[in-house]
Amino acid sequence: MSDSATGAWNRWPRLRPARVAAVHDRDAALPALPAPMLAYGNGRSYGDVCQLEGGSLLLARGLDRFIAFDRATGVLRCEAGVLLDEVLRLAVPAGWFLPVTPGTRYATVGGALANDVHGKNHPRAGTLGRHVRAFGLCRSDGGHLTCTPQQHAELFAATIGGLGLTGLVTWIELQLAAVASPWLAVETLRFGELAEFFALAEASLASHEHAVAWIDCLAPRGRRGRGVFSRANATCGLADGPAPPRRRLSVPFTPPFPLLGGPGLRTFNRLYWHLPRRRHRIVHYRPFFYPLDGIGHWNRLYGPRGFLQHQCVLPPSVAPAAIAALLDAIADSGTGSFLAVLKTFGAPASPGLLSFPRPGTTLALDFPFRGQATLALLARLDDLVAEAGGAVYPAKDARMRGDHFRRFFPAWEAFSRHIDPAFSSSFWRRVMADLAD
Amino acid sequence: MQKILIIGANSAIATACARQWAARGAALYLIGRDPGRLAALADDLRVRGAGAVDTGTLDVDELAGHEAALAAARQALGGIDVALLAHGTLPDAAACDRDAALAMAHFATNGGSTIALMHRLAGLLEAQGDGTLAVISSVAGDRGRASNAIYGAAKAAVSAYASALRQRLGRSGVDVLTVKPGFVDTPMTAAFAKGALWARPEAVAAGIVRAVERRRAVVYLPWFWRPVMMVIKALPEFVFRRLKF
Repeated sequence: MSDSATGAWNRWPRLRPARVAAVHDRDAALPALPAPMLAYGNGRSYGDVCQLEGGSLLLARGLDRFIAFDRATGVLRCEAGVLLDEVLRLAVPAGWFLPVTPGTRYATVGGALANDVHGKNHPRAGTLGRHVRAFGLCRSDGGHLTCTPQQHAELFAATIGGLGLTGLVTWIELQLAAVASPWLAVETLRFGELAEFFALAEASLASHEHAVAWIDCLAPRGRRGRGVFSRANATCGLADGPAPPRRRLSVPFTPPFPLLGGPGLRTFNRLYWHLPRRRHRIVHYRPFFYPLDGIGHWNRLYGPRGFLQHQCVLPPSVAPAAIAALLDAIADSGTGSFLAVLKTFGAPASPGLLSFPRPGTTLALDFPFRGQATLALLARLDDLVAEAGGAVYPAKDARMRGDHFRRFFPAWEAFSRHIDPAFSSSFWRRVMADLAD
Repeated sequence: MQKILIIGANSAIATACARQWAARGAALYLIGRDPGRLAALADDLRVRGAGAVDTGTLDVDELAGHEAALAAARQALGGIDVALLAHGTLPDAAACDRDAALAMAHFATNGGSTIALMHRLAGLLEAQGDGTLAVISSVAGDRGRASNAIYGAAKAAVSAYASALRQRLGRSGVDVLTVKPGFVDTPMTAAFAKGALWARPEAVAAGIVRAVERRRAVVYLPWFWRPVMMVIKALPEFVFRRLKF
């Protein structure tokens, strides 16, 4: 849980709802609260997609029940406030795994649907929305609806990736993916420049299910684009492997200044790149998919002002040049990003009108919030993304301009017809604000 | 297969206990007021591995309905290994101070109905010759405080009756467990920022499941409330009456 009970994970901006109501009953009507309202799950998105200043937040973590699980087919139906972690604890011992998982297992299933999350296996599996068979939607103007690709198909497409704006998602039915063990066979390779990353990513498409790369964006100019590439496949029939780390480290309080970023970062990155590592390892799924979940409250490391994320996708034809330009812009600003992560998005089409993933390469960055300088850098990155014909991820955004959003998500107008009249978010108000005049 | 009866099953702590027992394959009988929420919880527990789940509805304030509800539970389970009493209300203390009828209604729910259920379950388990009766009391029952007078008084009555039953039933092989949680982060308090003293219902539930297994008598959850309450109980009246908490 973030420090304020209804904030975003990156702790900026902090927007207070006027009132909150806990939701427990998936069959009940929407709470009788003044509009606008918005569902709030476990607060793991960044920025303002999960916030609604001055409005009514529906706390959906109370919708935490499983409904049905067919251990033969891997079809799981559960309420929207169930955490991905709870799904994994149930499903993995039964031989099933999330078909697609984001970088935290503490997101709710409903939040994962609303942001149509992706993972390291996008080229094969696409987004989570592709594996959603059905969900329940409670609307202020239509009561309870069951949406599937056939039934209320337009609302189905609007709600997947729809940032919680189409109503309250009460339950979800997912097709899980078969998995033979909780362990993965991971291969880790260093690369010296961006071109090598693209070659590795291309070569891994056929051979590996999961792939991700970390980039040292503070490397000296000549070494820019160096990083570490990880690719993995599920292991089959492995009876035993390393246990997940038992003790959870946690950041007990917020230090008065950011501990990530600053002069230590350059050294850290250099050491991390040079760190000797075994090329082939067997790894439990938790440290592989959720390395940061191993440190409780890691967001506190960015200090009281919080941090900003920036994640973009760039089309395949221009990705190498555009990512080099983004890394140059970051280096020129003198600001480093602690986490700089590259992944490949493949051909599977995203099912949501506002889904972020599209074919290309995605770069995720985070920066300690230092006021105007940080905002200026991120605005510059947005411009570069727009020029390259890419898009910025709303789930990780707190400040992109409305015209950029509408350019990145041309279906916004078709989408907006499906917004529940009683629902809104601080994100939506922000990216629509310039149209209101 | 352990046969477990839970009264007040929709409460956050009871739900968390039920999930831990379900994961071990227990057979559960859930009693609560709201049949829709009971059915939803029953499905959840089946998915989590419960051997069997049945439900019964009961308004605990209707004392006349207790006997039939418990008989139905015993019949469905085929005996009772563990009975957990978890129902209760957290009254608005200031409103109770103004309104005697409201105060007595809350006292009846938290104190009278619980003691009535304990009374019947004690007889049932005594006849059976084994089993555990676990009741959720509270640290608030250890010493009356102005900020929740009625709740504290009701929980004190429950704790005293549990202590008496423990003495009586020990000879017949029946265990009685008094559970005394401190502040618990339940859905009702979801919007408040939590200090270090707040515990998650899952953690409290793990403590209850463990205490039942180890046949403990009185358990404070989390553990640090035991020394805290020892100090609070030991304060002389001339100090305690001046305290504001």
